[in-house]
Amino acid sequence: MNKLLTISPSPHLYQGDSVRKIMYSVIFALLPALVWSFIVFGMPAVILTLTSVASCLVVEWAIQKYMLKTTPSINDGSAVITGILLAMNMPAGLPVWMIVIGALVAIGVGKMSFGGLGQNPFNPALVGRVFLLISYPVQMTTWPNITNSGVDSVTEATPLALIKEGVNSGQTVPQIMENIPAYRELLLGNFSGSLGEVSAALLILGLLYMLIKKVVTWHIPVTTLATMFVFAAILWKANPEQFADPLFHILTGGAMLGAIFMATDYSSSPMSKSGQIVYSIGIGVITICIRTWGAYPEGISFAILIMNAFTPLINNYMKPKRFGEK
Amino acid sequence: MLKTFKKGGVHPSHNKLTAQKPIEQLPLPKTATFINTQHIGAPSKILVKRGDEIKVGQLIAESGGFVSANIHSSVSGKVAKIDSVIDSGGYRKDAVLINVEGDVWEESIDRSSTLITETSLDKTEIIKKINKAGIVGMGGATFPTHVKLSPPPGMKADLVIINGVECEPYLTSDHRLMLEKGEELMVGITLLIKALGTERAIIGIENNKPDAIEHLKALSKKYKNIEVCPLKVKYPQGSEKHLIKAITGREVPSGGLPIAVGTVVNNVATAISVYEAVMKNKPLIERVVTVTGKHLAQPSNFYVRLGTPVSTLIEAAGGLPENTAKVISGGPMMGRSMVNLGVPVTKGMSGILVFDDAEGHRKPVKSCIRCGRCIVACPMGLEPHLLMTLSEKQMWEKAEEEKIMNCIECGSCSFTCPSNRPLLDYIRLGKSTFGAIIRNRK
Amino acid sequence: MGISLVYTIITVSSIGVTAAIILYFAARKFYVYEDPRIDEIEEALPAANCGGCGYAGCRAFADAIVKDNSIEGKNCPVGGNDTMSKAASIMGLEAVNQTPRIAVIRCNGACEHRPNTRNYEGASTCAIEAMHFGGSTDCQYGCLGLADCVASCDFNALHMDSETGLPVVSDENCVGCGACVKACPKDLIELRKQMPKYRKIFVACRNEDKGAAAKKACAVACIGCGKCEKECKYDAIVIKNNLAFIDSDKCKLCRKCVSVCPTNAIIEENFPPRKIKAEEPEKAGIEA
Repeated sequence: MNKLLTISPSPHLYQGDSVRKIMYSVIFALLPALVWSFIVFGMPAVILTLTSVASCLVVEWAIQKYMLKTTPSINDGSAVITGILLAMNMPAGLPVWMIVIGALVAIGVGKMSFGGLGQNPFNPALVGRVFLLISYPVQMTTWPNITNSGVDSVTEATPLALIKEGVNSGQTVPQIMENIPAYRELLLGNFSGSLGEVSAALLILGLLYMLIKKVVTWHIPVTTLATMFVFAAILWKANPEQFADPLFHILTGGAMLGAIFMATDYSSSPMSKSGQIVYSIGIGVITICIRTWGAYPEGISFAILIMNAFTPLINNYMKPKRFGEK
Repeated sequence: MLKTFKKGGVHPSHNKLTAQKPIEQLPLPKTATFINTQHIGAPSKILVKRGDEIKVGQLIAESGGFVSANIHSSVSGKVAKIDSVIDSGGYRKDAVLINVEGDVWEESIDRSSTLITETSLDKTEIIKKINKAGIVGMGGATFPTHVKLSPPPGMKADLVIINGVECEPYLTSDHRLMLEKGEELMVGITLLIKALGTERAIIGIENNKPDAIEHLKALSKKYKNIEVCPLKVKYPQGSEKHLIKAITGREVPSGGLPIAVGTVVNNVATAISVYEAVMKNKPLIERVVTVTGKHLAQPSNFYVRLGTPVSTLIEAAGGLPENTAKVISGGPMMGRSMVNLGVPVTKGMSGILVFDDAEGHRKPVKSCIRCGRCIVACPMGLEPHLLMTLSEKQMWEKAEEEKIMNCIECGSCSFTCPSNRPLLDYIRLGKSTFGAIIRNRK
Repeated sequence: MGISLVYTIITVSSIGVTAAIILYFAARKFYVYEDPRIDEIEEALPAANCGGCGYAGCRAFADAIVKDNSIEGKNCPVGGNDTMSKAASIMGLEAVNQTPRIAVIRCNGACEHRPNTRNYEGASTCAIEAMHFGGSTDCQYGCLGLADCVASCDFNALHMDSETGLPVVSDENCVGCGACVKACPKDLIELRKQMPKYRKIFVACRNEDKGAAAKKACAVACIGCGKCEKECKYDAIVIKNNLAFIDSDKCKLCRKCVSVCPTNAIIEENFPPRKIKAEEPEKAGIEA
């Protein structure tokens, strides 16, 4: 026989999924919400997103090529996801140079400094966002007005910011609510906020796609939102004058985006199902705490980063049930 | 709702190409080779020497201990030599090589096809006959059957489970046996019930074999204490522990044997061999081998004499295709790839699978993205990604704490990994290294 | 503002003082006496933590010396006799001189001598390949070429030769710690007595198959013919299981065995070139 046989240990089959396929499914799931934000915010949003994705790719490529001296693997799609998520966490009016800095921090500090794909303890896009939020608080909280068609130069507060300011200045929640769009509008995305915050419905569509494709399981997104809902409901029942109702909480701000796309990041979330539930409950509780009592109107990005820090601990204690062990 | 085990498992495509191909008898080989380690346990001691005249069914190597098995010649002729031959793993093993002359059987063997259902033999006599016939688990694990049938003192079986799951893709040898030798199987099972002194037996069959389920259900009307249990398709349901879990809900404790929960699992082919050994005095010298692969001209199920070279089987199935990359002994999930095709058919070889270049190569390994799919897939509730890392870093003790020794090596983790990481390779390394550490401690 | 600053300073300082007091008592309560000589010996050791002494690390080695109050049977191959005499003087003991050892690779089955008969694909470590298969060639004893030994070496003394696919020992760097010996699943690496100028003569083969099978698998296999055994005047060569072995403690480096070996399985290294004879022009290649 002239052709040599190949030998390798079992198994000899592969399911056929690859990292790239998974990453592109996530990108596909993000598209509806992203396209809607382009429609709502217009050209600035498009430029912001493209710049963000391009900067993430360039930063990752440059670090892999010149600092780590490895073969760049930017075509696996993970940097594209970070870029899109970073842009979706920004207000549309953000100066373009700022998001380049955000991308540098997200990929450089948040991802590559820990060893790249699969090694990052924190969600890179959130590291970038929080860095920008702390460094440039004014620009990061200047939301364009979208009540008229197209982007208005007049800025508008997000619903969460309205609640926070209102409660701090002594108004009751029902009073503030009069100025806030109806829930139907919140669900469809006719209110102001970051790029990715506007349409809860389209984000849920993305989640359904990922669930069908088995990219994520229901555990993290559903538990996070359910925890937020339950916790907010308890507060609301206790004092409807002081606290917003639960539906308002899960429909506004980054709740959907965070729970569906940010908290589910593979490398920064726990791996066992029980661990994922503990992690998600943590995110939900911390988010509502920051929203109601903290200094910032929105807290899900901080909540996710805090729970990311607990992930190794959760992984260590929340083991799957071993077969044959009591 | 069909039964199955709950945690873990994967769904490789079935690819049962030969499910509708009846078993064909393969002609006698020119030479036959009998390696002295065809089973788990001590190697057998070779009894014959060069030039000896051998009959079919004659004992040529005797069991080398309690956990060991006799080996009989499957052909008649002259012993050409006793030499070391390369086995399917590339290691040299002692073997008896016989030049085939004619087909002369030992007189004691009943070669007729009449079904014998009654026997006056008692428990110990049945086990003795099984031991003498050199029967081992024919599903691939090759654990000597007489050892399984002799529970350690203080333990008692209350249920015999017959493994007709055949959860490995491609393989159909058990499927065909259930269809074509259903009666023999039933008698074999009654013998196993008698040997273990249990009340009843359950045959577990995955429902991708509806014809086998139908057939055996019809037959089981005659045999009061045998039930057929259809199961949902899921790999690795053919693993003893998971089959027991699926059928009875009992969970074999970590590190324990099925007998710890009162069950003994035997393969379909093994049960039929038990029938032949006890009722017909025929030792384990023949078996059904599925020769399959998408590019093979005629994938088939062959009834072959042990010791026949694998190359003969592949020739009979239409010859080795041009672009063959890999030939696997057993199924694609747990089978071993063979180093050359001169190796003989052994007791545990349930299939020969030929893969071409598109299927037969490993894919490039990427870094772990911590997606957790291996954890979801692991039927033993382990964390393969963690075990691989610990094994790579040679942290054997820590790996033991994470229950690396519980791994059944089903390969679900490597199968499911999107980064194509060699998870099972490293877990096996950890298992064998830690196993050696334990042995050194004693 | 001023007052709150004072309060802050007072609170933080008092927490600090309390913690210091607790720590002080805790340290006293949990104090464990340790022989100061353990520290001294550890200081004298090379701190390579290679495990070449057979202990978990330098600290464990020092601990063992002090506990047993003896250096008998204990040797730090990295530090050599200097280190051991230092350790002995700390203990007030006599040092015993040990012969330094050096690693040799007992396989010369480069691709041209030992053709591949199959391709191994799988996790790229020798340990895993050896567990499943005899190797990619017909010799089940030979080097697998996946460099577990190189990975195990802490002293940069091993590298893979890309042409032969075999590991090469850098004599100057090898300290004889034996990490590679443990790493090799085929047991191909041996620690031999270090000779002047790193001269070495050894049988570069572990094949225990019968001559014909060994030769078929690899052109430079030892076939166990016994010519070298007869040739050796110092009883340094023994044939066992179809395989010759040269005892480095008895070998006098006469190089007679090298000349008689029909398969060139015996290798000489770091000798001055011989007067070139017509029948063995390929010798030079093996020496390099």
